[in-house]
Amino acid sequence: MGYVAIADRDHDIEHHDPDTFITKYIWSQDHKVIAIQYGITAIFVGVIALILSAMMRLQLGFPDTFSFITPENYYQFVTMHGMIMVIYLLTALFLGGFGNYLIPLMCGSRDMVFPYMNMLSFWVYLLSVIILLASFFVPGGSTGAGWTLYPPQAIMQGTPGTDWGIILMLASLGVFIIAFTMGGLNYVTTVLQARCRGMTLMRMPLSVWGIFIATVLGLLAFPALLVSAIMMLLDKTLMTSFFMPAISSFGQDPGYTGGSPILFQHLFWFFGHPEVYIVALPAFGIVSDLLSTHARKNIFGYRMMVWAIIAIGGLSFIVWAHHMYVSGMNPYFGFFFATTTLIIAVPTALKVYNWVLTLWEGNIHLRVPMLFAIGFIFTFIHGGLTGLFLGNVTIDLPLSDTYFVVAHFHMVMGVSPVLVVFGAIYHWWPKITGKMYNETLGKWHFWMTFLGTYAIYLPMHYLGFQGVPRRYFAMGNTDFMPASAQDLNAWITLSALFVAFTQILFFINVFWSLKSGKKADPNPWDATTLEWQTPDTPPKHGNWGHDLPECHRWAYDYSVPGYPDDFIPQNVPPEDAPAGRQHGVPEH
Amino acid sequence: MSEAVIEPTGGAGVVHDWSRDKQVFGVPWGKAMMWIFLLSDTFIFSCFLVGYMMVRISTTDPWPNPSEVFGLTVMGQSVPLLLIAIMTFVLITSSGTMALAVNMGYRKDRKKTFWLMLATAVLGATFVGMQAFEWTKLILEGVRPWENPFGAAQFGSSFFMITGFHGMHVSAGVIYLLIVAFRVRNGFYEKRGGNYEIVEIAGLYWHFVDLVWVFIFAFFYLW
Ligand code: HEM
Ligand SMILES: [Cu+2]
Repeated sequence: MGYVAIADRDHDIEHHDPDTFITKYIWSQDHKVIAIQYGITAIFVGVIALILSAMMRLQLGFPDTFSFITPENYYQFVTMHGMIMVIYLLTALFLGGFGNYLIPLMCGSRDMVFPYMNMLSFWVYLLSVIILLASFFVPGGSTGAGWTLYPPQAIMQGTPGTDWGIILMLASLGVFIIAFTMGGLNYVTTVLQARCRGMTLMRMPLSVWGIFIATVLGLLAFPALLVSAIMMLLDKTLMTSFFMPAISSFGQDPGYTGGSPILFQHLFWFFGHPEVYIVALPAFGIVSDLLSTHARKNIFGYRMMVWAIIAIGGLSFIVWAHHMYVSGMNPYFGFFFATTTLIIAVPTALKVYNWVLTLWEGNIHLRVPMLFAIGFIFTFIHGGLTGLFLGNVTIDLPLSDTYFVVAHFHMVMGVSPVLVVFGAIYHWWPKITGKMYNETLGKWHFWMTFLGTYAIYLPMHYLGFQGVPRRYFAMGNTDFMPASAQDLNAWITLSALFVAFTQILFFINVFWSLKSGKKADPNPWDATTLEWQTPDTPPKHGNWGHDLPECHRWAYDYSVPGYPDDFIPQNVPPEDAPAGRQHGVPEH
Repeated sequence: MSEAVIEPTGGAGVVHDWSRDKQVFGVPWGKAMMWIFLLSDTFIFSCFLVGYMMVRISTTDPWPNPSEVFGLTVMGQSVPLLLIAIMTFVLITSSGTMALAVNMGYRKDRKKTFWLMLATAVLGATFVGMQAFEWTKLILEGVRPWENPFGAAQFGSSFFMITGFHGMHVSAGVIYLLIVAFRVRNGFYEKRGGNYEIVEIAGLYWHFVDLVWVFIFAFFYLW
């Protein structure tokens, strides 16, 4: 098994370079091509999810205006939007996309340890996307159960898409999990077992750390989703009663008895909370590298950052029931889960301090990736603070299921990771394509997106305090809400449309750069990490040419006194480095 | 690395060892990956078993008595759990033959490795066969995923779901073992440096499936 792969071959003996178009770009086993395939697919479904959100906003901002959005449609849009954004866009893009691209390059390997399985992972992911999208076209349409798919309503008459939509959704999730597992095993094993010489774990760039721990979380959390999907499928198709209590539906007895809806919530959130960190940890890691590179300063507290990622990963498995305060639970459990939730804020806050301290007195270059990285710090602090509110049982109870929650999770796991995704794409674009992007266009993209999202989500906090409920098609004549709420809703919708259209700037930039962008320097940001030191840009199959690189220092030797450049790449041999910094810091 | 460094001790030493050069575990990639996969699979089975326990608590109907439901009548005598006892015995035995196969693999005794793996696969197939027999028997007695004549509907649901999922694991394992066994016999691995680590990797999976069965046996049949 291990001998087939090329990840850590020193010389490319019997190295078959793929030569036909098909083996090179379609059935490719090259981690870089697979990464791009993942990336394009994920961004494609992401755009669909964005369009869905625009449709929802149209309805909310201008009720009774758009006859093609029925209440059923609205529920289907909410559900598909949420599910696509969280799983098929962010999880797939961070792990399948950036994980695939960055892990072998940053660890100095030739490829993932099992390239064939890696390739399968993408094709199975594509299958899951096709199943998901097919659910728009089946009788009854896609499911409208909410992205949390809570039973009993998820499979009962009355919810849209209970005929086929829910079945396809569950099947698609199952297929996605298979795809993720095949990829995830590769990422974890590559990080653990196939780094280049000298690349100790404590010298890895934080991007790799974030992706690595996120993948571990995925491997341990997705099982709970898989099991709950199987059980719900059985409840739906074979009339078992795992999640379904005795219940009457439209005056009839559908024949369920004795199941536990709360069991589903536990299983779902045992997956669901770690899932939040599956999209957050890669963002944490990547943003650390962007900040350090573009501020020409070492990341503040590297080891602390690593331990914080590990601690957050571990803690994320014991906070899940903070999503279930309104489902009712023993007060001692509420106490326990509130406490663990607040404890997780400690390593998280520590990371935020370290990012800010990395910027402190740095030589900050406000290039596009850096703008997005700094934007992330703002939105993440913002979303994190509202998380502290919701983590407390007594404060959560009135706020739960209001727009305050919508605002919170969009800030913390919607906007923040998406900003990092954009920052990362701009940052690695020259390496991936060999072309430069248009800086001005990128800056416009950033400012309009960043300010636009604030225009969307700040007012939502206020609407939440007013009690505007989440997942409502229309507010109706709800007495407790001031009439001004509707004006705000219209404003939010206009902002959302603005942000959605702004993303066109990004795509223009992409195509412009591919067509007529300037040829990129191999290391345009003067970065230290190994992916910028490849012999070719973009890197060729096998990444490193004849000899694998050797790593001699950590990833953050920026502005080291006594060295001609203001950065020392990780593969610079000790004899060339200034005295006292032969092996970098903090590795002794 | 060639640095002459003072190795740290205590907690820092543990970190240092784990983060050492190139690889964390001194094992081939395939084996490391199998271990990680099994860890993930452990979570799947744990979720199944926890789910089963929870519906057993939540259901309002009485839970059937497993030793009666799973009894066999032999020569007019009802023997509780007889079939399961035999099935468990067969599966545990197959773990033994698997362990021997791994040993023979490392001795590069291709013939014995092949036969022992084949025996393991046959024992595994026997297990699946007996499980099919048990399913048939229960279905004939009226047990369905959605109802059964003995009590709580969740009994049949969890039974078919959990043993079915485990049975799929065993069946996949049988196929996996057969592929490796025939490759061992054909000299497939000779062309790749004569390395028989793959036998052990298949063995890891097999032992895991056996171990899971012990838990299913304890939680489902004995409780
Ligand atoms: C400009 C971008 C976005 C806009 C305008 C937007 C808008 C919305 C709207 C209107 C809802 C439904 C609220 C309700 O009726 O309860 C919603 C729900 C949701 N959104 Fe977004 N969203 C955006 C981006 C994202 C991103 C990037 C994520 C990724 C995490 C995300 C995740 C979710 C989730 C998980 C839900 C909950 C779905 C549910 O209640 O089942 N959204 N969004
Ligand atoms: Cu949570």
